[in-house]
Amino acid sequence: MLAAAFSRPEIDYHAFAPEIVLVGALLLILVVDLLFEDRARWATSTLAGLGLLGALVPILTLAVDGGDRSMFGGAYVVDNFALVLKALFLIGGYLTVLISTDYIGEGDYYEGEYYFMLLSSLLGMLVIASARDLISIFIALETLSIPAYLLAGWRKRDLKGNEASLKYYLLGVFASGVMLYGMSLIFGVTHSTVLTVIGERLAGGGASVPIVTVGILFVIIGFAFKVSAVPFHAWAPDTYEGAPTPITAYLSVASKAAGFVALLSLVFIAFEGRSDVWQPLFWVLSALTMTVGNVIALRQTNVIRLLAYSSVAQAGYMLAPFAVAGHTGVNQAVESVVTYLLVYLAMNIGAFAVVMAVARKTRSGELSSFGGLFEYAPGLTVLTSIFFFALAGIPPLGGWYAKLVIFRTLLDQPTVWSVVLAVLVGVNSAIGLYYYASVARETWMRPVPDEDRTPISVPSSLAAAIGLCAIATLAIGVVPQIVARFAHLAPFGS
Amino acid sequence: MHGFDDWALTLAVFLPLVGAVVMLVIPGAEEGLHKVVALVTTVATLGIGVAILARYDYGGHQGLQFAPTPKDWISVIHAKYEVGIDGIALPLLLLSMVITLLVVLYSWNHFPEPHNPKAFLILILILEVGMNGTFVAQDLILFFVFFEVVLLPMYFMIGVWGGENRQYAAIKFFLFTLFGSALMILGFLALFFATGAESFSIPFLVQHAQANIDPDVALLIFGGLFMGFAIKVPMFPFHTWLPDAHTQAPTQGSVILAAVLLKLGTYGFIRIAIPILPDAAHTWAPWIGGLAVVGIIYGALGCLAQTDMKRLIAFSSVAHMGYVMLGIATLTDFGINAAVFGMVAHGLITGMLFFVAGSVKDRFHTLDMKRLGGLLLQAPRMGWILGFCCMASLGLPGLAGFWGEFPAILAAYNPAAGLSQPLFRTYMVIASIGTVFAAGYLLWMLQRVAFGTPKEEWDGHAIDDMHWPEYVSWVPLLAGIVALGLIPNLLFKITDPAIQVVTAAIGK
Repeated sequence: MLAAAFSRPEIDYHAFAPEIVLVGALLLILVVDLLFEDRARWATSTLAGLGLLGALVPILTLAVDGGDRSMFGGAYVVDNFALVLKALFLIGGYLTVLISTDYIGEGDYYEGEYYFMLLSSLLGMLVIASARDLISIFIALETLSIPAYLLAGWRKRDLKGNEASLKYYLLGVFASGVMLYGMSLIFGVTHSTVLTVIGERLAGGGASVPIVTVGILFVIIGFAFKVSAVPFHAWAPDTYEGAPTPITAYLSVASKAAGFVALLSLVFIAFEGRSDVWQPLFWVLSALTMTVGNVIALRQTNVIRLLAYSSVAQAGYMLAPFAVAGHTGVNQAVESVVTYLLVYLAMNIGAFAVVMAVARKTRSGELSSFGGLFEYAPGLTVLTSIFFFALAGIPPLGGWYAKLVIFRTLLDQPTVWSVVLAVLVGVNSAIGLYYYASVARETWMRPVPDEDRTPISVPSSLAAAIGLCAIATLAIGVVPQIVARFAHLAPFGS
Repeated sequence: MHGFDDWALTLAVFLPLVGAVVMLVIPGAEEGLHKVVALVTTVATLGIGVAILARYDYGGHQGLQFAPTPKDWISVIHAKYEVGIDGIALPLLLLSMVITLLVVLYSWNHFPEPHNPKAFLILILILEVGMNGTFVAQDLILFFVFFEVVLLPMYFMIGVWGGENRQYAAIKFFLFTLFGSALMILGFLALFFATGAESFSIPFLVQHAQANIDPDVALLIFGGLFMGFAIKVPMFPFHTWLPDAHTQAPTQGSVILAAVLLKLGTYGFIRIAIPILPDAAHTWAPWIGGLAVVGIIYGALGCLAQTDMKRLIAFSSVAHMGYVMLGIATLTDFGINAAVFGMVAHGLITGMLFFVAGSVKDRFHTLDMKRLGGLLLQAPRMGWILGFCCMASLGLPGLAGFWGEFPAILAAYNPAAGLSQPLFRTYMVIASIGTVFAAGYLLWMLQRVAFGTPKEEWDGHAIDDMHWPEYVSWVPLLAGIVALGLIPNLLFKITDPAIQVVTAAIGK
């Protein structure tokens, strides 16, 4: 009887093609690593890179094809929003592979498994961009998180690496638990897991207000851990410092973006009608996150930790549009967050990549080890300055446009609260400049420690990543239209 | 020549960038080549400026000239690439081109430590892109980007090639300006939304902002713009970054900072804040005027307390920009004309004073006025030039400084309709007292640096008089100071028609 009741849902293989390509690539890596062992170590990173680029192809064909594709009763949707973000994750993943190649190849690491894990995590991200159902969001989130917990501890003989992994794991699981509890409450009230249905039932009224409030609160807090919003950010600096640097870059960009993507679809589809609950919450989260992140970043002497707190502060800017989305409309908020994520991808991975390039010589992440870089590596110094000042939002480098769209969203339908938040973003940008500029000060204006001026050799794949990010950062800064177009397409399909 | 008119301003802005890119690919060891490329670029840019000057329609044409059809730039947010100049922008654009060229010439054998002509000249060229761009931009977002482009090169110029306390001075300059421009961009966006979210175009906003914005909101928006521009000018009490930046910057940096960068702030008032929000400007004017005269007196007193020649000139900038702001605050045709004249005159004169200070420092390795003295005996030509510049700076009639200062004071006698006459006349009196102070501190400086006999410590030191790069880079400025002093109409004729458009909206 059960068998008769079940009919296989229609599967649109074209819509799934990016995921299928990625699964193919990660299985191939597993097999190649098994069969050839050490002889094929070098091949795994190449395969991973090709797999990620290959997965971009169906995204292009889907984009050209146009039209929204919805499957499984609305639980899995491929619309422009999903496509833009899938492309972002794949490019972010590709850049991560580029900066990993030599770092992982030279260290005493498992190589095949590393790329297998990385691609598995990216698979979760591809799914989360399309997931429009509580269960598929949760599963996607775990798919992307669990490999990330392992990757964070990849330097397994290093105590800091163990700490990184364990902290990330414990807090991540705790956050999942909180979120899941919130989801169960929402399900209990609305009797559905599909976001659009939840949206209708929550907006329709009649649902128990306290339970809905608690449910929304818990779900958002769960994601606040993921995107390292203050006061749920405590794991981030230690994890970032202990994890292998390419993974730190990956966590601070792709993993954070995944958290934001899930937040966007949850808040703006399922909870849209209850902006009275989440707007104040996001206001507080955003204000706290950017301010605390920036102020603590001022005191950092280690570049990786500095970037960790910087990424906390940047998350605060990205949370700001949520705090006004109830007034300005969902589309504009989605557009500005997606714009920010796209710009942030280029400049933050670039920043990590140059730090890695310098650390190849200095073997240190201390800010003082960057002293006098201009004297022996002028090109790298200029690139470092480009990325860090882009993060600070100085025109004509990419970051200014990201900040501008945040300001734009905040001031579109000004209320006292949104103007105050906009001024806070402005003041925080000025505070942020101080520590971003401290890197420039160290590299341009301070003496070389130990008088060691041996030139830095940057391996080709790392150089390619730096070059790509630098071109993107500059191009976005001068012609912001290139990201503005994609972000403008991004709001959810019907 | 129709094609030239469409492209002239774009070329004027981006030609220096082309030069910078070319220099980027030339190896750093080819110092001579770098100098030549920088020189050729700045000469070519000035050439375009001269062509613009020749083709400019002086005959009462009041709108924007050399303005091609705006092109889409960031269409999602309705920002366009819109450029154009009028009588207010033209003199400042030329000033920026001339100063950059002279700075490149002066640099010929005056590269400050740690040398590196390649990086230094590239930064100067990028600065020129930002400065020229700010003066021709007719779209608020475009203006904002150019306004900010100057920050990075100046930060590096001060921080790398500056004096002992350079790192502190560089970051202070950067933080102050960025804080102001964050509030300024909020003001720009507020203007955009308040006028129906259609355009950032300055001419569009001039037409539509006044009628569409609630007066209370307009006051707030003006406040945001005020912070951005006033910090850049800098007005008292936001001036504290200036003495540090000027003192620590290398000579070339000080010259560009004083001659052009400070004008970006005052230009912002005349181009954006006042024409777009005339009523709010009217309400704010007494406060601006008040801060301006406080700046005049405070700057003068600051000068009298200095022992360092360069720091003294820096404080004199605070005072002089006070006159410019007083002229602007009167909101009259006369006052704003005086302000634009004051901007150009201050650019020439204070730029010149910083050049001389730089050359003095080159020879004596100090600017401590206790140790200097007798420059007229050691290097008579340079001493006389210093004397000439002091006279010009204190507003001696017949030299350019006079026409910036005196009409500004005079304009305060009769401010725009609706502004309190007694208040502005009080300002006028205070500002006049300021001119006495100005004579005081400038002559005092001249006396301590140039008069008397050289101190014993310089016995046996051969002090060179002027070198050829100094002649080449200073003579045009000196000639300009005399020419504008004798025939002020050279400038007033250009600025007046454009300023009449600005003031026409006030008090309506």
